[in-house]
Amino acid sequence: MKRVALFITCVNDALFPETPKAVVRILERLGYDVDFPTAQTCCGQMHANSGYRRDAATLARAFDDVFGGYDAIVTPSGSCAAMARDQYPHLTGSAIGQRVHELSEFLIDVAGVEDVGAVFPHTVTYHPTCHGTRALGLGDKPLRLLRAVGGIDLIDLPAADQCCGFGGTFALKNSEVSSAMLADKCANAAGTGAEYLAAADNSCLTHIGGGTSRSGGPRPIHYAEILASTA
Amino acid sequence: MSTDAPAPRGDLVPAASLIPADAPFPKAAKVALGMPQLRANLAHATGTIRAKRAKVAGELDDWERLRDTAAAVKADVQRRLPELAVQFEANATAAGAVVHWARDAAEANAIAARLVREAGADEVVKVKSMATQEIELNEHFEAEGLKAFETDLAELIVQLAEDKPSHILVPAIHYNRTEIRDIFDRRMGDAPAGLTDDPAALAEAARLHLRRRFLSAKAAVSGANFAVAETGSLVVVESEGNGRMCLTMPETLISIVGIEKLLPSFADLEVFMQLLPRSSTGERMNPYTSVWTGVREGDGPQNVHVILLDNGRTGVLADEVGRQALSCIRCSACLNVCPVYERTGGHAYGHVYPGPIGAILAPQLEPGRHDDLPYASSLCGACYEVCPVKINIPEVLVHLRQQGPHAAGERAAMGAAEAVMARPRLWRTALRAARFGAMPWRRKGYMRRLPWPGSKWTVSRNLPVPPKESFRDWWKERDR
Ligand code: SF4
Repeated sequence: MKRVALFITCVNDALFPETPKAVVRILERLGYDVDFPTAQTCCGQMHANSGYRRDAATLARAFDDVFGGYDAIVTPSGSCAAMARDQYPHLTGSAIGQRVHELSEFLIDVAGVEDVGAVFPHTVTYHPTCHGTRALGLGDKPLRLLRAVGGIDLIDLPAADQCCGFGGTFALKNSEVSSAMLADKCANAAGTGAEYLAAADNSCLTHIGGGTSRSGGPRPIHYAEILASTA
Repeated sequence: MSTDAPAPRGDLVPAASLIPADAPFPKAAKVALGMPQLRANLAHATGTIRAKRAKVAGELDDWERLRDTAAAVKADVQRRLPELAVQFEANATAAGAVVHWARDAAEANAIAARLVREAGADEVVKVKSMATQEIELNEHFEAEGLKAFETDLAELIVQLAEDKPSHILVPAIHYNRTEIRDIFDRRMGDAPAGLTDDPAALAEAARLHLRRRFLSAKAAVSGANFAVAETGSLVVVESEGNGRMCLTMPETLISIVGIEKLLPSFADLEVFMQLLPRSSTGERMNPYTSVWTGVREGDGPQNVHVILLDNGRTGVLADEVGRQALSCIRCSACLNVCPVYERTGGHAYGHVYPGPIGAILAPQLEPGRHDDLPYASSLCGACYEVCPVKINIPEVLVHLRQQGPHAAGERAAMGAAEAVMARPRLWRTALRAARFGAMPWRRKGYMRRLPWPGSKWTVSRNLPVPPKESFRDWWKERDR
């Protein structure tokens, strides 16, 4: 059986167990043998992007130790995959990022499937997260997977390519600007009337959901959870 | 012509005066965010120009190759800058120009002021130029008893309003036409009576006002978009033709040019002339491109001066990652797509170069100042996506963050996080503790109010509560 390692990311480890569970279900449904190396923690993105290069390098090296033995590492986060691929070479010289695949990349480019056999009879709008779309170049891969889901009703999100304002510590350091960006994203999301807002990164979804849970609007959901759903 | 005396000056409040220029970005941004008219003007203007850019850039099927080529040409220029600068000097001098070298703003201003005096003038007309904004030439001239009149329509608006530019290309982007009408009406002196806010009427009023200046000016000051080393030529790209008037009518022409504007050969312009108009105004071609090489007898200015300006640029050049900021052709596409700029405008950045390019250029040109600017970004990458010379702005932002100073409290928090994350057992313990500690909130599903610094989050967002069962627990269960 084909073996892959799962990198769940620190955010999911702490807050969102349903997302990595969904990834496991999807991959196993497609016949993969999923391994979860328990020594994994964080890719180091927060440290690197906040300017703490040394700390980030330590975490990057730890990532290499944990995942070095795998040919394919799947993660449900565009920004963590981008971190490994774009920043590790400068931080530690590691090329492991070439073997780290965001879920939709893995499904479409490696496994060669678009229809993963999911059913999700709900209205969904999709927010293309910045790091996934721009840094990683996911393009419309997550959306292609969603389009193949049975019963789904996808509604276009206006100004979808606009950042939600999360940006890691940006949300704290420039809280007001971040909040203004979030307000626009939430208004656009609410305007779709969709039940769910899907995205490829739970950090962005924490931000958007943190807003819509106050102002009203769709519920945040990682698209992996939609792909794992069968009824 | 209006016979009414200009209205009292007090009732026009320049936008820049409301935003504390020396305040850290988050503070200044907060003020800007609280100005609804400013935000509406910015959102409208950036939204329009963004759509235009996307359309005309999308028309070219070799757009990406043009970007790659432009980036390669600029990287080559940066590698050979000393050689190219000397080559430019030799060729411009041979063509009759006088080339001056200015280490910094003070030197450039002093040279320019001296040249104006030598021309027997006490006022100059100006072509829109970022370099002269950077060295604050107008302010310096004023202190020396010289007057500099902006002739670019938007720069004129800003100058009349005694404001500061808030955008590289559209310095008055923060004003709508009603506000511009008011500025003309109250400050232009020769504004026609009953001026309306019809764009054509506003343009006509400015045209009449400026025409008088062009006809009487003995000297002009310009910048340049490009300086061609191979020929010693300067190039100005513009829309209105007012620049062309300044470049051709006065006897003396003084051009202040950042050394990074050099291009090796005339043929290189072919690449940049496709990229620049499309990226800046969203036009396939700009209406006026002026190219001049030294002096031509009996045609145009007979005293042609070029001041090559360093002002921190060689320092930027020394940084291998940061130096790509010197590739910038000041198209302002990155400003127009930036979600931060769109909401705060340019004044909040506290530097003449605002937006994404300002956030990487200002702290490098003036090391130790503007350390807050590399953080004025969510790293969304929209700027990099549109930059015609492919400056990887997010990469430079992160690079600058990694050089810059960090607050002690943050340093400690980040160190603690790293210490936990680098030790898997400790990490698991910390997560368990968080799940346990979150018990009181679990029923509510969200934490709505946290003490500082968590309050910076909960000011506008709820925070989810850690789950009862972690993925790890589930995995362990299922492994049995
Ligand atoms: S950084 Fe790039 S996009 Fe921004 S102004 Fe300069 S050339 Fe234009």
